[in-house]
Amino acid sequence: MPLTPLTLGYVPLIDAAPLILARELGFAAEEGLEFRLLRQGAWAQARDLLGAGVIDAAHMLAPMPVAQALGLGPALPDLDLVMVLSQGGQAVAISQPLAARLRDNGHDFDFRDARKAGEALRHAAPGRFRIGVPFPFSTQVELMHHWLSACGFAQEPEVVTVPPPLMAAAMAAGEVDAFCVGEPWASSAVEQGVATLLLPGVAIWAAPPEKGLVMRRDFTRAQPELTGALMRAIWRACRWLDEAENRDTAAEIISRREYLDLPPELAERGLTGRLQISPMGEMRAVPDFVSFHRGGVNFPWKSLAALFAQRIARRHGLDPVLAMDRAMAHFRTDLYRMHLREAGAALPGASARLEGALAVDREVAAEKGQMILRADAFFDGAVFEPRF
Amino acid sequence: MDKRLSIVVIEPDPERAAPIVDGLREIGDHEIRIFSEETGLARHIAECRPDIVLIDLANPSRDILEELALASGPTERPVAMFVDRSDEHLTRAAVEAGISAYVVDGLRPDRIKPVLDAAVARFHMFQRMRAELAATRTALEERKVIDRAKAVLMKARGIDEEAAYALLRKTAMDQGKRVAEIAQQLVLAAGLLSCR
Repeated sequence: MPLTPLTLGYVPLIDAAPLILARELGFAAEEGLEFRLLRQGAWAQARDLLGAGVIDAAHMLAPMPVAQALGLGPALPDLDLVMVLSQGGQAVAISQPLAARLRDNGHDFDFRDARKAGEALRHAAPGRFRIGVPFPFSTQVELMHHWLSACGFAQEPEVVTVPPPLMAAAMAAGEVDAFCVGEPWASSAVEQGVATLLLPGVAIWAAPPEKGLVMRRDFTRAQPELTGALMRAIWRACRWLDEAENRDTAAEIISRREYLDLPPELAERGLTGRLQISPMGEMRAVPDFVSFHRGGVNFPWKSLAALFAQRIARRHGLDPVLAMDRAMAHFRTDLYRMHLREAGAALPGASARLEGALAVDREVAAEKGQMILRADAFFDGAVFEPRF
Repeated sequence: MDKRLSIVVIEPDPERAAPIVDGLREIGDHEIRIFSEETGLARHIAECRPDIVLIDLANPSRDILEELALASGPTERPVAMFVDRSDEHLTRAAVEAGISAYVVDGLRPDRIKPVLDAAVARFHMFQRMRAELAATRTALEERKVIDRAKAVLMKARGIDEEAAYALLRKTAMDQGKRVAEIAQQLVLAAGLLSCR
């Protein structure tokens, strides 16, 4: 039987792995699909090509469909997040001069304690403090605002967009003092000798949803079979990726010239959670640096959409209550249940929850029996309660 | 008489930027600037306050413009996102040409359209030229490899050029491959086998 072609967009990052591996390991072909993978240069490109129907689905920053739902983007057909692809994978990096000041003040760079690191930064940071993030609507933006305000930064830091491949150059040119970016771009800046890593994203929020699989609503409606096949293929790739022994192989495959086109050693750092935090070669191990599956990673909780919506709305002068209602409709727990139930995905009983409430992994009631949800606490104990 | 438009073209490749600028000059007396530097882009744009910014759809710096488009404080000049609802055809054409445009809020569609049309046409032309150039280059390289493969066969089997080519072609047909591919493999193998 001939395979049905689907065109998917991805931005070259380690968390594009589910799309690449679904193709390379044959999960797509098993579902009767042939993936054509189009590398995207900008997040705005992924969004626009998806809107124009040039690509059928996109690897996208989880808050992007929320921003679209709030009217903070171009007028495009409705975009929905049908599953979460990854949690974590981000790192906070600071410039070498700033790192030297932190060291002089006795900071130990444990790469774990977000409060300690935040306070050390507050004491060492210059008056004007700029942080680079990959996109105005990204988990990185939320992590930075949450972390710095909880650490008592009196002034809101200036958060500016810098395309990830240019982060190291922006830091070297003194345009940013710190940045928060997905791997391999933080490691790349360390490798270029311009940055020291201060924290992984998971030290600020234990389970920060990072990328989602985003599709046009009219496509999911018109092509339910294809949508289901696509979701199952990628879900199986996510499951494969969360077997620790597969991560080295994954790093090799995604680093190939036709994908990330980088030395595999660089992608391996984030994927295995063994990061070199400074040009001096200091190593730190973070076992859950990036997760693709275990502990309910892939479920598109409506409460996550609400959390992003509330924060984005406040920053952009919109009504947060209205924003939460709008955004929740774009995280498609219904499609997730419908298409992944038969594949054996664990399905929680509810579709929204308190975000940040789990200090440790916890067993909860699922549609069938029990499932384990990963710890998702914020470092400061903040809990977000969605409005129903 | 409408005032001159200030148009910024963000394009690091001067060979690509030049024809676009030429195309824009043809449609009227507008003030056109080319930015090729990636660093400090946000600052430069804020300083010159353009009416229209044209940029490759795939340029990573687009994400910086997205941020500028959102910044609409009282002193900042909003750069509204283009994707004009009223002209779906033009939007589609721009996406297909690989171009995106950011347009200042309130600029009339009839002033935007000629600029976009000209840019789209030039982007297309450039894409075609680049494709042609790539095709020509590939053809030249393939011919070189085939010549070398023929020489290998002629020497190894004592046959003439015509027979060597016939042999390459027959092998290619039998294997279901292109002559250039077979030639490439033969040249590679000959290189491995020849000891000096």
